[in-house]
Order: sequence, then C-alpha cells, then structure tokens
Amino acid sequence: MIKSLKVLQHPLADSENQLEVLGNSLLNQQPTFKQKLEQNGVHPLRASGIDVLQLNLGKMCNQTCKHCHVDAGPDRKEIMDRSTMQWCLDVLQKTDINIVDLTGGAPELNPDFRWFVEQIRNLGKQVMVRCNLTIILANKRFHDLPDFFKKHQVEVVSSLPGFTQDRTDRQRGEGVFENSIKALQMLNQVGYGQIGSGLILNLVYNPAGAFLPPSQTALEKEYKIELSSRYGIVFNQLFAITNMPISRYLDYLLSSGNYNRYMDKLISAFNPASVQNLMCRNTLSVGWDGFLYDCDFNQMLDLKVAERRVQHISEFNLDILKNRATVVNQHCFGCTAGEGSSCGGSLLN
Amino acid sequence: MENHYYNAGDLSKFGNIAEYQKDLADKFFTYYGEVFKDSHLSAKEKSLIALAVAHAVQCPYCIDAYSSDAFEKGYSEAQMMEAVHVASAIKGGAVLVHGVQMMNKVKEIGM
Repeated sequence: MIKSLKVLQHPLADSENQLEVLGNSLLNQQPTFKQKLEQNGVHPLRASGIDVLQLNLGKMCNQTCKHCHVDAGPDRKEIMDRSTMQWCLDVLQKTDINIVDLTGGAPELNPDFRWFVEQIRNLGKQVMVRCNLTIILANKRFHDLPDFFKKHQVEVVSSLPGFTQDRTDRQRGEGVFENSIKALQMLNQVGYGQIGSGLILNLVYNPAGAFLPPSQTALEKEYKIELSSRYGIVFNQLFAITNMPISRYLDYLLSSGNYNRYMDKLISAFNPASVQNLMCRNTLSVGWDGFLYDCDFNQMLDLKVAERRVQHISEFNLDILKNRATVVNQHCFGCTAGEGSSCGGSLLN
Repeated sequence: MENHYYNAGDLSKFGNIAEYQKDLADKFFTYYGEVFKDSHLSAKEKSLIALAVAHAVQCPYCIDAYSSDAFEKGYSEAQMMEAVHVASAIKGGAVLVHGVQMMNKVKEIGM
C-alpha cells in the first residue's frame, strides 16, 4: 500500500514547506498571483456571497492517488465528528446556502456520513458527493450506496482521469479503472446519468501528468462516445480540472523535474476572464476539524480565511464572510490557467 | 549566437519572428490557429497528424510541441509511436519507391 506523505514524515506533509517551495518560485522572477490580480484590477479578490458549503468529512480514503492534494489515504485518521457536522447543519439552517459539497478523502468512510446526508436533505438543501467510485465496491457495506444516493437525490461527482485503464490506474492506482467502470455501471443501473431521471452523475478529468487539461467541451464529447461504446456508461457532464501544485502533486512535480516548467505553464496561461468565476468567490470550505478556508486547496495549505473573528464553523457569521477578501498564493495560478479550473470544472463554459 | 543550432527555449520565442516581418507573421499565426481548430477533423486528430509530420520533417521544436500536445489530448504512448511509424513508413517508402527509378535507369543502360 502506498503511504501518505504524512505517514512517511515527508517534508511536503508540512504546509509551511509547501508554501516555501511555492514562494521560491519567485526567485525565478515569476510574477506573484497577487501582482497578476493587481495588473487586472481585481485585487483584493473578494467573495461575492456563499452559495456552496464544501465540507471535508475526513482525509481517510481507500485509494492513494498520486496527484491527491489532500494527501488522503487508508492511513489518514482525520475524520469530521458529529458535533462539527451539527455546527454545519446549524449554519445551513440559518442561511440561504443551498448547496453542500461533501468531499474527503472518501466522504463515505465517515461513520456519520449517511446520517449527515439525511440531515442536510431534511433541511431541503442540495447535496453533492465527491465519490471516488471504488468505495462502492470496497466493502459489502458500501454496495448499496447508489440506492442511498438515489433515495436522497444526491448529486454524484466522480473522478475518472481517462476512459482507458492505463491513464486511470497510473494516477489512481492499480485496479481502480476496472472497479470505477463497475461502479459507474451500478450508478447507471439505478438511474444516475440517465436522461429524465433527475439523478446527476458528473465525471471529473484531471491530467495524469505535468500538463493542463485539454478543452473540456471536446473531452466531454469524447468521453461520452468512448464510455458509451466501450462500457455502455452514460453520465451528465465532464469537469476538466487542473492539478494544483500542492501536496502529493507538488511532490510529483518536484521529483520528476517538472515543477518549474509546470509553474511557468500555469503562469503564462493566466486567463483574467476566469477570475470573476473563481470558486473561492462563492464557496466556503470547511475542514474536517471545522476550520474555515476560502477553498479546498487553501485548506490543505492551512491558509485559513483572513477574517480572524470567524475562522471556525462555530463562529460562522454570514455578514462577515460573504464579502471577505480571499487569501491567495502562487498555487492559485492553477485555478486561472487556460479555461480556468474549479471543483465544477472549466470556469469559462 | 549560441554554439549550437537548436535551443529548446527558442520554441517559446516562435512568436518573435513578427519582430522582423509583422504582417506575414500575423497572417501565418492566424492561419496556423485556424488549421488546428476542430473542423472536419478534430483538434485531437490534427495533433496526431502534426506529431507524425513533425517526425517526418525532423523538426525538434515541432516534436517537442506535439509530443506534449498529443499526450495532453489523450493519446497513449502506443498510439503516438504508431503515428511515428506511419511517418517512418512513408519516409522509408519514399526512399524505396525511388528504387524503381533506379531500376528503370539500370535497365535502360544495361545490356
């Protein structure tokens, strides 16, 4: 089993070391993200509201993907507890935040996952689960997840970095592709991705290497043809996501000698048109321990929201947070390169 | 001048050719951009053709650019190598088919 950076006591398991590496890129006379925002008249970048509450239910995962920005894996024990979940529910009850995006790790491994989904749905909020697919087959107790998702009208978002075994397994581990295909077929069988079912199944592509994703539109078209013809699989949308130069992917970039070239590529592909749609402008990210961040990536770099009065979900204050200035760093170039990138894919489509 | 003819860094300076002749460069890059758009052939298919042609014309800049582009667009290593073999077969065939010309000449002058 591949171990997480944390268990390996790798220097990059420490967010400060990651930030130091990102900061060192300035020695190569690369512009800062802040400078780019200033040049385009959008600094400081501010939230325009909070439409999405993205919750990390824990870093435990049945997979150890090479590019994982969470450094998740079977050896990670951090799990959101029920009291933190309750704080999140209180916030949802008191606000108009309508979309809850559950992520991890594998969020389904949280022992309170199903209870939490039911509570959120009871509040009438939409639930989106970032399901790695293989969890459905990982243990008998997860085989009914497609039915559970269907019962609660949960939107499923799943990674599949290729429609061939080679690319997928290279990034996500041996055997992942085969099990992902089986899981997608199980989701299709209960109606996910089928026209008229109302059950949304979106896939995520991210590059298996040191490069940017190709056009989301072209890729989605190709995925639909290939997955349908090869495996009879249907889905709704494909989100093409850029890999962020943090955590395990940063380790890959450095150890493969691709780091400087990748950062140059991200910076030279800076697209000002993507800035207004950045996900940090309408999303609030909550860590497994309840701390608040502008996005999932800032969470992994331990860059909490700048408002010191409200850095934990127990201190949530919509008036303060809805128009907060967001915390930016060099990794943000990953969200503004080319078509732009977010947890919902390209920012320009 | 560098003491060698090819520099990897020069690939990113391709656009600089406009410094000496802007109008023609602009026309060329506009044309280039149009050629590689999705049309009757997809941008992905065109990328693989470009990779094969890059090898046939033995342009290191083009090989660099289209090895990346074709891989990024989703072609596998095996598919890309097959494209190079297509280029090789055509180049090899182009040499060999001239053997007929050689044979014609030899037959013409031989007893």
